[in-house]
Amino acid sequence: MTNITVINGTIHIFLALVMPPLLLGVIGKTKAAFAGRVGAPFFQPYYDIIRLLQKGTVFSTTTSWVFRAGPIVALATTAVAALLIPFGAHQSPISFDGDMILYAYLFALGRFFTMSAALDTGSSFEGMGSAREATFSCLAEPTLFFALITLSRLSGSYSLSNMLVNISFGVWLNNGAALLLLVGGMFVVLLAENCRIPFDDPNTHLELTMIHEVMVLDHSGPAFGIIQYAAALKLFVLGAFFVHLALPYATGNPYLDWGLFIISMLELAVVIGIVESVMARLRLIRIPQLLVGATILAAFSTLLVIR
Amino acid sequence: MYSALQGAFDPALVALVAALVLGCAGIPGLFLRKPGSGQILSALVTIPASLAGVAASLLLLFSHTTATYVLQWNLPFGPCDLVIDPLSAFFLLPVFLVSAAGSLFALGYWPAAEHHTTERGLTFFYGLLSSSMAILLMARNGVFFIMVWEIMALSAYFLLVTEHEREDVRRAGIVYLIATHVGTAALFVYFSLLAAQTGSFLLPAAGSFSALSPFASLIALSAFIGFGAKAGIMPMHIWLPSAHANAPSHVSALMSGVMLKMGLYGIFRTLTYFYDPPLLWGTVLTVAGITSALFGIAFAVAQRDMKRLLACSSIENVGIITTGIGVALIGVSSHNTTLVYLGLAGALLHILNHSFFKPLLFLGSGVVIHATGTREMNLMGGLGKGMPRVALLFMIGSVAICGIPPLNGFVSEFLLYLGLFRQLNADSLVYLVLLAPLLALVGGLAVIAFTKLYSSVFLGTPRSSAAVHPHEAGLTMLVPMAFFALLCLLIGVAPQLGLHLVSPAMTSFYPELASTGLAAEYGVIMGWLSVSGGLLLAAAALAALLWMWRLGKSGVTSAPTWGCGYQRGTARVQYGASSFSELAVSVFNGIMRQRISRPKLAGLFPGAAHCCEAPTETILERIIVPLFTIAGVSFAFLRRLQHGQMHLYMLYIFVTLFIFMLWAH
Repeated sequence: MTNITVINGTIHIFLALVMPPLLLGVIGKTKAAFAGRVGAPFFQPYYDIIRLLQKGTVFSTTTSWVFRAGPIVALATTAVAALLIPFGAHQSPISFDGDMILYAYLFALGRFFTMSAALDTGSSFEGMGSAREATFSCLAEPTLFFALITLSRLSGSYSLSNMLVNISFGVWLNNGAALLLLVGGMFVVLLAENCRIPFDDPNTHLELTMIHEVMVLDHSGPAFGIIQYAAALKLFVLGAFFVHLALPYATGNPYLDWGLFIISMLELAVVIGIVESVMARLRLIRIPQLLVGATILAAFSTLLVIR
Repeated sequence: MYSALQGAFDPALVALVAALVLGCAGIPGLFLRKPGSGQILSALVTIPASLAGVAASLLLLFSHTTATYVLQWNLPFGPCDLVIDPLSAFFLLPVFLVSAAGSLFALGYWPAAEHHTTERGLTFFYGLLSSSMAILLMARNGVFFIMVWEIMALSAYFLLVTEHEREDVRRAGIVYLIATHVGTAALFVYFSLLAAQTGSFLLPAAGSFSALSPFASLIALSAFIGFGAKAGIMPMHIWLPSAHANAPSHVSALMSGVMLKMGLYGIFRTLTYFYDPPLLWGTVLTVAGITSALFGIAFAVAQRDMKRLLACSSIENVGIITTGIGVALIGVSSHNTTLVYLGLAGALLHILNHSFFKPLLFLGSGVVIHATGTREMNLMGGLGKGMPRVALLFMIGSVAICGIPPLNGFVSEFLLYLGLFRQLNADSLVYLVLLAPLLALVGGLAVIAFTKLYSSVFLGTPRSSAAVHPHEAGLTMLVPMAFFALLCLLIGVAPQLGLHLVSPAMTSFYPELASTGLAAEYGVIMGWLSVSGGLLLAAAALAALLWMWRLGKSGVTSAPTWGCGYQRGTARVQYGASSFSELAVSVFNGIMRQRISRPKLAGLFPGAAHCCEAPTETILERIIVPLFTIAGVSFAFLRRLQHGQMHLYMLYIFVTLFIFMLWAH
C-alpha cells in the first residue's frame, strides 16, 4: 500500500515537473494544423524555456525586489497547488479537509505578486495588464467556489482529491445537468485564468488588448523562462481539475490510469487549440459579461445539487 | 507553572493595574515643562505595563479562570463588579499590544519638537483611550460600562481632532461624535432594558435568560445598533472612513485595530446572556456581516486616499468577523457544534489577526504620510527605493490582510470557509454555503484594493515631487511595525497557535465546545496548513536560489523600462492608483459610485482641461445628510433651549433629576 503511494507520488511530481510545456506544444501544433502549417515541434516550448534560462537578464532601473519576486512566487504557488490537485484517478500527495480553499487562494498569492511585479516597472502597458488581470480574476473567483461547492456536495467530502476522484460516469448519469453546467463554467475559467483566446492572446505581445503577456513585458532571460514555465504549470494544474469533470475515465489499474490521465490532458490541449483556432479574441468590454455568465452557470449547478 | 506564579502575583490584578497605568501614563506630560519628556515618559511606562498586561491576559486565558473584583462606590446603581473571564482576557490582548506599539511609534511619528502644541493632549488622550478600552472589557455594571464607554468615545474624539485647524478634520470629528452618540443612546436603551429584565444593573451571567423573555428581542436590537455603530457594521459605518483617515496614524491604528473590536466585544457579551438565541438573530448578523464585507471592500477599491482605503477595508474585516459570529450563532440555534466551532474560531481569530495587520498598515501609512506630506495615492510612487524596510513590512501587511497564504489572514478565513462547506452535508440550512462564493468575491476585491495601495505607493517611479525624496523611518517607527509583521507570519506558519489562543474564549462563549474533539481534529488540519505554508516558502527559497545562481552565471544589465519605442515617457504616463482601479469600478458600478467631472472637449486643438474622479459616500451623502437637514429645520424651535448658558444647562439636569425622583417616589 505504502509502496503504491510512494510510486504514485513520484509519478505525480514527475508529471507536474515535466509535462506542462508539452501542453503548450500540442496547442501550438493544433493551431498550426488548422492554419495549414507544419508548426513548431511538440517540444518547442521546452527548447524555448531552456534557451531563456541560459540568456542574460536586463533589469529595468525602476524596479525593486518586488519585480524579482514576481516570477519566483508565481512558480512556487503553482508548484504547491500542483501537489494539492489529484491527477487522474490517483490521490494527490497532499490532501486534507479544506485543501480546496488553499488551492484557490494560492493562485491569489501568485497573482498578487505577478501584478505587483508588473506595476513595479512603472510602465503604463504593464499597469494596464495588471488592472485587467485583477478585475477579471476577481470575477472568475466565485465561479471556482461554486464549482467546489457542487463537487463537495456530490462527493460529501472536503478535500480536492476525494471530490474530484469521486466524479465518474455514475455521477454523470445522476447529476448530468449540474455537471454539464459546471463543465461550461469551468472551461471559461480555465481559458480566462490561463489567458487563452477568447480572453487574451498569448501570441501578441504589444497590443493594448493584452493581459498576461503585457504584464511580463519587462521580464527577460531566466526570469521570463520561469514565467513561461509557471504559466504552463498553471494550465496543467487547472487543466487537471477540468479533466476530472469532463473526462472522468478510470480503469482501476493504477498504471493504465496514469496513461489515461496523460491522454486526457493531451485531448484537453487539442480542444484548447481548436477553440483558439476557430474563435477570435473578445472585445475587452465583453469579457466581464462572459465571466459573470460563467459564474451564473456554476451557480445554477450548485442550486441543482443543493436544492 | 500557573499555580507557581499565582502564589507570587495575581494575573487579574496585574491586568487591572496595567490598565490603570496606561490611563495615567500621559498625565505627567501635561505638567512637565520640557517638550517631549512627557511623551518619552509615557512610552517608557506604557510599554512595560502593556507587556505585563499581555502576559497576565495570556495566563488568565490559558488557565480558564474568571477573576472578580468589586469596586466600592456609593452611586445608586448596585455593586460595581470588575470581572475578567476568558472572553475579556482574549480581547485584552489587542488592547495592550496595539497601545504599546502605538506609544513607541508616536515618538518618531509625532515628535514634540514638531508638534509642541498638540503632543501633550495627544499623549494624554491616547493613554486614556487605551486604558478605558481595557477597563471596559472588565466592567460588569451597566452604568459603569456606559461611563467607561463614554470616556473611550470622547477620548477617541479628542484624538481624532488633533489637527482641528483643518476643515475636513473638524467635519470628520462632528460626524464621528454624532454617530458615536447615536450608538450610546441605543446603549442607554440596552442597559435600561437589561435592568428592567434582571432587576439590577449588573450584566447578566452567561446563559441566564431566554430569548423568549419579553425584552429579549429589543435588547438584542439595541445592542446591535449601539455596538454595531462602534464596530462599523453597515449601515452604521458612515463615521468610519473619514474618522480613521483624519486621525494621526498611530491613533488610527488604535481605533481600527482595537476600538472597533469593543463593539464586537459588546455583541459577543450580549449573545452570552441567552441560552436559546433564535435563528433570526444569527441570520441578521450574517446578512449584515457579508453586506459590510462586500460593500466595505468595494468602497476600498474606489478610494484615492490611502488611509480611507485602509478604513474601508476595516469595514470589510468587521464584516467578515460579523459573518463569523452570525454563522456561529446559527450553529447555536440549530445545535450544530461544528458550525459553532468553526464560525467562532474564524471570527475570534480574525479579530486577533485584524489587530495585527491593520495597525501594521496604518503605522506604515503614517510613515509614508510623514515622508510625503500627502495621503493621495495618485501623487505617490517609487517610495520602496527610499524606504525598503517599510516597503517590505507593508507588503507583509498587505498580503496578510488579503487573506492569502502563508500569512495569518488566510487562517481565519479558512476556518470560516470550512465551516460553510461543512454545512453542505448537514441536515438543514444548506444554503449557508452560498456565502462562500461571496467571501471569495470579497477576497478577489481585496487583492485589487491592496495591489492598488501597495503598488501606487511603493512601486514604479514618483508621480509628484512629494514622493521624490523619501527617507527611511527611524527605529522607533520600524520596531512596532516589525513586531506586528512577525506576529502575522507566526500565526500564518503556525496556525495551531492561533487556534490555542482563541479556544478558551470559545469555550467561555459556548461551554459545550469543551467536551468535543473538534479542537484536536482542526489542530491536525492547521498542521497541514503549516506544512503547505512551509512547502511554499521552501519552494520559493529554492527557486530564488537557483535563479540567483543562474543570474550570477549569465550576467545582468540595467536599462530603463521598455517604453514600446516611445522615447519621452515620464512618470505621469504610469498607471496611477485611480487608473488601476478604473476597470474594476466600472464593472462594479452598482456598488462603488464615483463622482466624475469630465470637461467637454471642443474643436481640433482643445486647450488644457481638468478631469476629476472622486469616490462618493453614498449612504452618508444621499440619506443621512438630507435626513439631518430636514431634522435641523423641523426642530429649529428647540434651539431656544440651547443658548450657550452653562448654568441654565445645569439647571435643566437638576430639574429633570428632581422630577424623576418625585416620580419614583
